[in-house]
Amino acid sequence: MSTDITPSSAFWQGVRNGGPFILIVAPFGLVFGVVAGEAGLDVWQTMAFSVAVIAGAAQLTALQLMTDQAPTIIVIITALAVNTRMAMYSASLTPHLGGASVWQRAAVAYLMVDQAYAVSILRYEQGPPLSPRAKLAFYFGVVFLICPTWYLGTLMGALVGSQIPDWVPIGAAVPIAFIALIGPMLRTLAHVAAAFVSVVVALGLAFLPYSLGLLIAALAAMVTGALVEVWTEKNRPVGGAS
Amino acid sequence: MILDQTTIWIVIVALAIGTFTLRFSFLGLVGRRPLPPWALRLLRYTPVAVIPGLMAPQIFLPLEGQSGPDPVRLAAVVVTLAVGVWTKNAIWAMLGGAATLTLLTLTLGA
Repeated sequence: MSTDITPSSAFWQGVRNGGPFILIVAPFGLVFGVVAGEAGLDVWQTMAFSVAVIAGAAQLTALQLMTDQAPTIIVIITALAVNTRMAMYSASLTPHLGGASVWQRAAVAYLMVDQAYAVSILRYEQGPPLSPRAKLAFYFGVVFLICPTWYLGTLMGALVGSQIPDWVPIGAAVPIAFIALIGPMLRTLAHVAAAFVSVVVALGLAFLPYSLGLLIAALAAMVTGALVEVWTEKNRPVGGAS
Repeated sequence: MILDQTTIWIVIVALAIGTFTLRFSFLGLVGRRPLPPWALRLLRYTPVAVIPGLMAPQIFLPLEGQSGPDPVRLAAVVVTLAVGVWTKNAIWAMLGGAATLTLLTLTLGA
């Protein structure tokens, strides 16, 4: 049953599902390229940054702190704190992709951007089941357009500079893209409760430095989801399907 | 403002190594060993626990120079979420949100 979908068709399915995200990633990369240029990074440094790190939010955070003359160690710690969510993504993908070879897992890790994680985990949880090899192929399909677009967007930004008109609502595109992935995941009361706790705690603790608020919110939300799941299972009539 | 060249390279290299380590952590160390059921139960909620919290400040907190949440952005996000829950399809949700954003920006922004 799970062998129906070949790795190659899973790969192209990944390309299709990840494709729309280039509309978000391109302008985001452009913004980073422009900001980096304004901060005084040359094209090589800007490209090295985007290719080596591929994490827009952390890269922008680091740039902001560097231009604010923060100590180098604070720049590094803060930007890495913004990326701690990646460790959670890594844990979440392990049941699906943990069986791959170490080099494949290293490639998955290098390419693990928010969009790649969110699009892949949505597919692993819904739709016809995929074999482990098809899951890996799907993941590489998702990043097939997204990651090169990030590099290209950065390059365009670094070369073209600040010529994007102010009225283009680039900022609002980011929450729309991510919330679009969350809607289909709100399948059970436990998922809704987890998302709700995540938002409330993140807003309540938004004043904390180093993205600590997000970390606490995420942990609180995961525990909430698990507790509500246990509670729902206890209260389900005998014989109910999961 | 010109940054120190050595500092720039130190930051790039440190972030590259640190970010890869975070991304590889569980995939690299746990690999194919099965995770305990309680861990799987918690991990099931990772996406809905991280992404709403990551996006919440951009949606609900005032933008620069505004006193409250941006109504256009808020409306676009509500439509995105509603279409996503209703159709169970992320692409339709994204299109719904983008259409709302474009429509409201054009009607109110002029």
